[in-house]
Amino acid sequence: MDFNDSPEEAAYREKARAWLAENAAAHRAKWGDVKPNTPEHMAAGKDWQATKAAAGYACITWPAAIGGGGGTPIQSVIFGQEEGKAGLGYGYFTIGLGMCVPTVMAFANDETKKRFVSPAVKGEEIWCQLFSEPAGGSDVAALRTRAVKDGDEWVINGQKVWTTGAHYCDYGILLTRTDPDVPKHKGLTMFWIDMKDPAVECRPIHQMSGGREFNEVYFTDLRVKDSQRLGEVGQGWQVALVTLMNERLAVGGSSGPNYRDVMKLARELAGPAGPSIKDQSFREKLADWYVQSEGLKFTRFRTMTALSRGQTPGPESSIGKIISANQMQDMANNAVEMEDQYGILSDPETAAAEGAFQQSLMWAPGLRIAGGTDEILKNIIAERVLGLPGDVRVDKDVPFKDMPTGR
Amino acid sequence: MDFDYSDDQKFLKDEARKFLAAHCDVGVVRGVLDDAGRSYDAALWKGVAEQGWLGACIPEQYNGLGLGRVELCAIAEELGRAVAPIPFASTVYCLAEGILAFGSEAQKAAVLPRIAAGDLIGALATSEGPGVVGPATLQCRVEGGKLTGTKIPVTDGDVAGMALVLASEGGRPGLFLVDLTGAGVKRETLKSLDPTRGVAKIVFDGAAAERIGEAGAGFDIVQAILDRAAVLLAFEQLGGADRCLEMAKDYALGRYAFGRVIAGYQAIKHKLADMYVKNEVARSNAYYGAWALNDDAPELPIAASAARIAASEAFWFASKENIQVHGGMGFTWDVDCHLYYRRSRQLSLVAGAPRVWKERLVSQLEQKNAA
Repeated sequence: MDFNDSPEEAAYREKARAWLAENAAAHRAKWGDVKPNTPEHMAAGKDWQATKAAAGYACITWPAAIGGGGGTPIQSVIFGQEEGKAGLGYGYFTIGLGMCVPTVMAFANDETKKRFVSPAVKGEEIWCQLFSEPAGGSDVAALRTRAVKDGDEWVINGQKVWTTGAHYCDYGILLTRTDPDVPKHKGLTMFWIDMKDPAVECRPIHQMSGGREFNEVYFTDLRVKDSQRLGEVGQGWQVALVTLMNERLAVGGSSGPNYRDVMKLARELAGPAGPSIKDQSFREKLADWYVQSEGLKFTRFRTMTALSRGQTPGPESSIGKIISANQMQDMANNAVEMEDQYGILSDPETAAAEGAFQQSLMWAPGLRIAGGTDEILKNIIAERVLGLPGDVRVDKDVPFKDMPTGR
Repeated sequence: MDFDYSDDQKFLKDEARKFLAAHCDVGVVRGVLDDAGRSYDAALWKGVAEQGWLGACIPEQYNGLGLGRVELCAIAEELGRAVAPIPFASTVYCLAEGILAFGSEAQKAAVLPRIAAGDLIGALATSEGPGVVGPATLQCRVEGGKLTGTKIPVTDGDVAGMALVLASEGGRPGLFLVDLTGAGVKRETLKSLDPTRGVAKIVFDGAAAERIGEAGAGFDIVQAILDRAAVLLAFEQLGGADRCLEMAKDYALGRYAFGRVIAGYQAIKHKLADMYVKNEVARSNAYYGAWALNDDAPELPIAASAARIAASEAFWFASKENIQVHGGMGFTWDVDCHLYYRRSRQLSLVAGAPRVWKERLVSQLEQKNAA
């Protein structure tokens, strides 16, 4: 047991580091310190993606013939680590290249693939995923956005929600209902769409955390060609499963304050009986947080080990978000309570630790829901990892139009 | 990155599982559980010695196999899974590892070959009563090489031939090797939560005691032994926790209520998913502990603490919720759930309770952050 690279991995890491040292410096010299959520930041991200693609460091595991790096999963992980250490990470391409474009590659005709894959790899075009709806969250197959055939075209009306990056994306993959007369999973069809079409309207969602990072997307008589269909009519659910299976291996760390930050805070703050760091109830919690976050770190190492050995990783990485999201909430709340009356302050100018824990407290509820709620993730572990049966499905044989909908 | 068992280690683990399936089925465990006159299974002990497990990490010059500590972790995981009723931890993790780390050449030569051969059972005697033992409360005394005082409870102390005993000498704490078969040693078997392991009260009245390690370093030496033992115990806990999850799953898949298998109810599915999450956190922390133990890394105190905390939590949760999934049947003597519930308590308490290790972990983190 060790944490060392194999000789081949070490050589690849060395090569990646050398390339990053040179190109990251050049990138910084060109763009300076760009602020997130600005057009300059986006332009810098696209430029960096193009630089990586030219050197074979974009989509490392994809064949070189379609613009990828022709490399292995472990090389992709190694490059990701080094890129992270170099402080260069632009999130714009994750969903498109991780989920949408692989779906296009699996189901589109050759002409479409030729048109879209290479520009996406180079960062010239960004993709989003349009699945979730107000009436279809955890139960995404309950979605209602309608696509109706009209000659060689389809006319689409409806609404999507929580679409990451919809306002800056160029294209999207859209899951629609094409047949409400059959049970819900059987009446779905997938399309790719042009996000800049005037029939597509993005409205930012005002989150409880105060920010507006996600969108609602409305379609009003959006017309798409039948050639934009991905997969057969009525096979949309099978296509969507391919999209979801392509979710990138979560190898990165989680964001927000960690156990070191909360330890630092506890050293600085007075508790009811001396410094908070000496409070036994705090120390026990700190030990639990440490054990959980280290547990996740070493679980990622186990996943990497499987990749390094050329094996398929086990299901252990499925524990990640359940732990990190709940820990974020628990740690944030404990930190805020440790600040006592002062903990209510949230402005970074006045709040303790620049408001990091208050911010984290307000983000955590979203993190426990996004990308699979705690409850859905537990179902997934129970069903796919442990092999327990699915729940009783009262909607399985009912035509979609006859399903009770509530509000 | 190579952070998992190697193929050879997996092979050893598979062989260990096969051996225990053949020689340590639940009948063997229940044989010890139901017989107040037996604290361990002697035939299994002999078999384990023949497999070479007792001397797995003892160097070849002392008749051991000279394997690495990760191999011992793999064996420990299988022993935990089988709830093996033998004094393996006391003998191998405490006495053998303690002598290897702190014993003199003469002590190694006297003790280690006997352990490897299966002729000597060991024990670690630190506790003297309820609560945590510390320098201020330590009562056992050594004067002129003679030990006087009472240790209670001593795991496997009723069947051990030798013990490492924490006692003060001239007001300074030390660790002493004591022959329990010699003069001045009286012991009695005590009733415990886990009758598949022996527990004793030992009264020393002028028993011959030989110090191991530095004078005055008793608590440090015990802590160093416990750091090493904690990793190995974590693997036993992990094996037990994984087995509880399997038992709960198998039962839930076969049990019908309200017209369908209970494994389909979310209350059961989420409980089992929670078990899985805790077990994986425990496994990942245990692997880090195995690495630190095998490499004698300076990270060992932190890694061992984390491994022990995670594994104690996982086994406790899995063993208690396994009973819950089994319903009323789980509360009977005849269903095996309680064997794991008992062993989870034994393993969590034997080398210091989790709250003690949480404190150790945090004080280590404080030191690390201060440095």
